[in-house]
Amino acid sequence: MVDFAFKCTVKEPQGSTFIVFLGLLKEGLLERVCFTLFFVFRDPHIQPFGRKASKIDSLRSKVELLKLPLTLSSKSISERKTRLGGATERSRGGAGAHKPRPPAPDMDNESQYSGYSYKSSHSRSSRKHRDRRDRHRSKSRDSSSRADKSVTIQAPGEPLLDAESTRGDDRDDNWGETTTVVTGTSEHSVSNEDLTRASKELEDSSPLECRRFAGPVLSGVLGLFALLTPLAFLLLPQLLWRDSLEPCGTPCEGLYVSLAFKLLVLLISSWALFLRPPRATLPRFFVFRCLLMALVFLFVASYWLFYGVRVLEPRERDYRGIVGYAVSLVDALLFIQYLALVLLEVRHLRPAFCLKVVRTTDGASRFYSVGHLSIQRAAVWVLDHYYTDFPVYNPALLNLPKSILSKKMSGFKVYSLGEENSTNNSTGQSRAMIAAAARRRDNSHNEYYYEEAEMDRRVRKRKARLVVAVEEAFTHIKRLQDDEAASSPKHPREVMDPREAAQAIFAPMARAMQKYLRTTRQQPYHSMESIIAHLQFCITHNMTPKAFLERYLAPGPTMQYQRENGSRGRQWTLVSEEPVTSALRQGLVFSLRRLDFALVVTVTPLPFLNLGEEFIDPKSHKFVMRLQSETSV
Amino acid sequence: QQRIEIHKLRDGDNLILGFSIGGGIDQDPSQNPFSEDKTDKGIYVTRVSKGGPAEVAGLRMGDKIMQVNGWDMTMVTHDQARKKLTKKNEDVVRLLVTRKSLENAVRQSMMQH
Repeated sequence: MVDFAFKCTVKEPQGSTFIVFLGLLKEGLLERVCFTLFFVFRDPHIQPFGRKASKIDSLRSKVELLKLPLTLSSKSISERKTRLGGATERSRGGAGAHKPRPPAPDMDNESQYSGYSYKSSHSRSSRKHRDRRDRHRSKSRDSSSRADKSVTIQAPGEPLLDAESTRGDDRDDNWGETTTVVTGTSEHSVSNEDLTRASKELEDSSPLECRRFAGPVLSGVLGLFALLTPLAFLLLPQLLWRDSLEPCGTPCEGLYVSLAFKLLVLLISSWALFLRPPRATLPRFFVFRCLLMALVFLFVASYWLFYGVRVLEPRERDYRGIVGYAVSLVDALLFIQYLALVLLEVRHLRPAFCLKVVRTTDGASRFYSVGHLSIQRAAVWVLDHYYTDFPVYNPALLNLPKSILSKKMSGFKVYSLGEENSTNNSTGQSRAMIAAAARRRDNSHNEYYYEEAEMDRRVRKRKARLVVAVEEAFTHIKRLQDDEAASSPKHPREVMDPREAAQAIFAPMARAMQKYLRTTRQQPYHSMESIIAHLQFCITHNMTPKAFLERYLAPGPTMQYQRENGSRGRQWTLVSEEPVTSALRQGLVFSLRRLDFALVVTVTPLPFLNLGEEFIDPKSHKFVMRLQSETSV
Repeated sequence: QQRIEIHKLRDGDNLILGFSIGGGIDQDPSQNPFSEDKTDKGIYVTRVSKGGPAEVAGLRMGDKIMQVNGWDMTMVTHDQARKKLTKKNEDVVRLLVTRKSLENAVRQSMMQH
């Protein structure tokens, strides 16, 4: 079998040419495939044979997409779009395994949205623009659940969010004459989809899970050993030399009871306080915990040593002494637990430092008060609060549009006339250009101001439309009271459960919602499914439209957008100039880095407060009117 | 600043000067309509009776009285000012007053230099 790649040019009936590049097909199928493609492009109902079916399906759907704006009258557009939605698939290779992959919106391609028809738009150009957007949106579906084959047009590494907003404009110019459809996969190449899936699997099976539980398991074993030691102290003489033991009366029983009680308290409190699955793996050892474990081990070891030497060897006969010995061990363990409680938990509660946390990408900052912690524990504390306090990081909202900043670049052009050596002139030229650019009046702040104002206005307009649409939609349904169910047989109303009610009222507000989300660049965070689920939730709990909208009108904390893949955990890197087990002190700066942004934490101590006292007698509050007298002399 | 000499008019048992005063350190300076600076607690002439000795002597409404017979009037209470003006054994009171128009003239002449 000869593997080669071939190009097949097919004349499309409407006059545009498609250049199809297929990799690695068998030689003998060349003509057959060309022929089939020709037929396929003419009549969409032909289903070509076997293995090539899915590939050609994807090509065919691509063709359908591109044919849409030309043949507006032939078929019903919504039906075509639903078929497109079913057939197209894309993979976004750009998102690495670490970035959370938000589900892309696929709102237009559902059949219940068929009330919106193409011809109801205002102008042909807006229609054209809209179907370019539709085309991109239908391509951007999250294909992680689909098969291996994928059709990629964009290069991997392109950010997820820009595709829908800006690339449509680039494509507008060349549309209509030539369109190139390129498939990026063949049987022998690894698509981006496969790569991301493979790396995900690698991470899932990583030994992170084991490392997470190693520390607590060790301390649990040690604790159990320490708890069983007194029982062993008591039982060993009974088992080994029972006959020669002196009988022990009521004092022993009292000691038994106290021993049992103290052991129970130790057991319960250490389970409640210490044996919790940790929520973070720290880069270095937790100093205090190691210290305490070493202390416990030392204690128990020395007790065993003494026991072995003084009791087991000479076969001590005074059982009451042995019981007393065991009780003293338990007392010592209780005191160690008290020490651990103070060192590990209580010392951190009293606030001593103020941490300022700033996110590097957009400057969102918060201030927190913490107690005396080590750097790594403070980092964990900060991250706990990061997920609930900081608004979610939206990379689409970051920079000034290039149109404003790039005006500076187009400055003067400097021509050198007849000069031979350009090395001397280059610095002179650049300096001249800089000086000229500085002297020129710089109006980019003006444009920035107007752009901001325009953006605000647009957002507010869309928000107003959205609020009105949602309010009106909520008036369409009402909750059925229990007594109404039996009455009024003459107007039987269809009784719906919350999901159906949500779907019923979603249609009129969908467009306004979609436009608003697009304007505020939030569309990757909310898919249609999530919006309907939220709507159903709000309806069930009798919420007003305003309560439904609070989720979309303001960017919520990052926790709101987390998905339930918590088993893998979030990877953060602690960057610090000091060893991370050292305690916090004034002027310390460390940062927590993630792939695309970082949090910089600065430590300042809380000020010492001098509180004075002043006593005010409640009877001393007296008032007079202000004087303005006039005397004649 | 202007020096004004007022001869008191004897009317029965009283010696009257023919004007009214307002102000003082125990009074509310924001109510003073004549003062430029509303925290000024000085003594101001609030009314001049027509044809009285004060008008004859040249006192005008809105004048601020700085001294009375050498006694300072800028930091006195209302009652102390009244007492200084109505001493029974004095027939003549010599006032040092400041007028707003006078102030402006003084300021302008100072600015020219």
